[in-house]
Amino acid sequence: MPDARSDIFARIREALKVKAPKPHLKGEPAAGKTSAVAKPWLPEGGETADASLSILAEQLAKLKAVLIRVPDHAAAAKAVADLSSSKGWKKVAYHGHPLTRPIAAALTCETWEADASFDKQKLEGCDAGLTTCEAIVAQLGAILVSSASSGGRALSILPHVHVVVAEASQVVPDLGSSLALVQARHGKDMPSMLSFITGPSRTGDIERILVLGAHGPKELYLVLVG
Amino acid sequence: MSDSKAIFLKDATVNAADGDQRAFIRKALGGYYVNRDLQKARYRDWERARDAASLAKWSAVNDLANVLEKFTANFERNGGVVHWARDAAEARAIILKIAKDADAKAIVKSKCMTSEEIHLNEALEKAGYGVVESDLGEFIQQLRGEAPYHFVFPCMHVKREAISELFTKHLGTAPTDSPEELTMIARRHLRQLYVDADIGITGANFLVAETGQISITENEGNARLTAALPRIHIALSGIEKVVSHLDDLSVLLPMLATAGAGQPMTCYNTLYSGPRKKGECDGPEEFHLVLLDNARTRLLADPEQRDALHCIRCGACLNVCPIFKNIGGLAYGTTYQGPIGSVITPHLRGLKQWNHLSGASSLCGACTDACPVRIDLHHHLLHNRRNAAKESPTLFDRVFHHGFNFVIKRPWLFATGGRIFRATLPLLQKLPLPYMGAWMKTRDLPKAPASSFRDQWKNDHA
Repeated sequence: MPDARSDIFARIREALKVKAPKPHLKGEPAAGKTSAVAKPWLPEGGETADASLSILAEQLAKLKAVLIRVPDHAAAAKAVADLSSSKGWKKVAYHGHPLTRPIAAALTCETWEADASFDKQKLEGCDAGLTTCEAIVAQLGAILVSSASSGGRALSILPHVHVVVAEASQVVPDLGSSLALVQARHGKDMPSMLSFITGPSRTGDIERILVLGAHGPKELYLVLVG
Repeated sequence: MSDSKAIFLKDATVNAADGDQRAFIRKALGGYYVNRDLQKARYRDWERARDAASLAKWSAVNDLANVLEKFTANFERNGGVVHWARDAAEARAIILKIAKDADAKAIVKSKCMTSEEIHLNEALEKAGYGVVESDLGEFIQQLRGEAPYHFVFPCMHVKREAISELFTKHLGTAPTDSPEELTMIARRHLRQLYVDADIGITGANFLVAETGQISITENEGNARLTAALPRIHIALSGIEKVVSHLDDLSVLLPMLATAGAGQPMTCYNTLYSGPRKKGECDGPEEFHLVLLDNARTRLLADPEQRDALHCIRCGACLNVCPIFKNIGGLAYGTTYQGPIGSVITPHLRGLKQWNHLSGASSLCGACTDACPVRIDLHHHLLHNRRNAAKESPTLFDRVFHHGFNFVIKRPWLFATGGRIFRATLPLLQKLPLPYMGAWMKTRDLPKAPASSFRDQWKNDHA
């Protein structure tokens, strides 16, 4: 008996001998990259950096994510320290990176560089996770994290609060640009996980009523420097 | 009449008469309509964006062999293991073997309709594994021992009081009528399970050929936890989920969320390219992907309905369907409910047993309008009706068509019949006609004209 793989491929090749008509489209199909072709039809991401930042702020507010804009790294450290003391965090895990280390150092609570020694039970007991990101998508208010930028897979999802620190220059207009950016940055050696985070974890499973903090973080802060 | 049809007719009749439940479903969907329209309004041209989404899926599905080959080569290069399953039984056997080889005990699952399709939970439980659904809606349905009501909103029909009772019974928690508090009960309960599980099972929304990544769309973060903490990750996907380029997701991800749930993007859209890489601090040691045919190639072989394989399972067609809203999701008796389920189930499970779903439609076309990838849903329901009539015509079909054929070829008989019909029409209104009772109860027959169209034409043109 042929193996399942060859059987399935044989079925596919047989089935595709008969061509299907093109779908009924509203306009003429255009050749080119999907994101380039569809750009004028998709939601706006801003043509200038300022326009993108204002779209981003609007989207994050709608998603109930908190945007904290600061002029420099010292101000970022102060903002996170203030947040930590006002929320009473006791343990903060962070991804070791030049952007996050000075912030972690300025915290008065217990801090722990999660990618140096990973312990899921310990991570579950953390109040907050502090990470960097790959890019920020203005169009959708989405923060693109990866296992490389955010201390693996769990740090940005398991603690009850997620704080992302990023440079304002990491904001890109739309989803297509962010995908092109990670492809250019990592080539064929992609981090094993890339995740677009669009607001704090949520569910509407009970009577379609929105509740934040289903399984992932209940609060999401984006500290944008510059 | 097939068994599935008899059950469907009975359940649909009961549910359609339940005004309270129908009102509850309408109310639950009310917020969705508002949010969907708000999000659609942000698109500069939603209709053209649908063109782009439709073409991205069309080009992959119509070149499926090449795109799948490229995908699996890249997936394997990234360190994942691909398994092929011709049908549900093979897929179950593959997953059971992975679990056995890993000496696993606890399994945590994130939402995966393909696993419902192959009845995976029953098989795993029978083999002695503890399996927990982690998506809140699926978790509730698992405790209820009931199939999902809607493939995106699994427990949208369950009232909060019932959920509170369920949690009190199974988890021993205090009763509450707050959706927030109920969600937190499930959150607290499931957290330790992710940490303890040996295997995490997820579905896949897209398979990206260019990079060998799988893409998972979710809101709660349960799929991310499922793919982060256990030491083995198994993803189960239909072969049709493949797209050619990573860039195709720039259209598909936001449109999936907007069409299906009225969101700009769902909360987490995650791409996994393999198990934990060298230098990464966490993630599974093994990453398995089970690619399932299970009659998808049968649908592929029908060029007229091949576009049903474009489906990205957003659920938009269910949300707008007057039939779904009135009979509810459970009455379908299928893994995939609503218009898309009515179209594909006859292909997946047999036309003879499941053609009745093609009739569960007002042919209003709301589903076709709502579909972000432009599947010609309501016409496919007609195609299934036609195919069923060709494949196994009912006695009524045969008698009626032979009779019609006989009469229409004999003008004298046609004219005589017409004369008799016009004369007896007023009587018919009064007679209790077989099969027509429900229709006639609220309707009057039209008044018969004095003479036939042919006679009128003859007189006017004499």
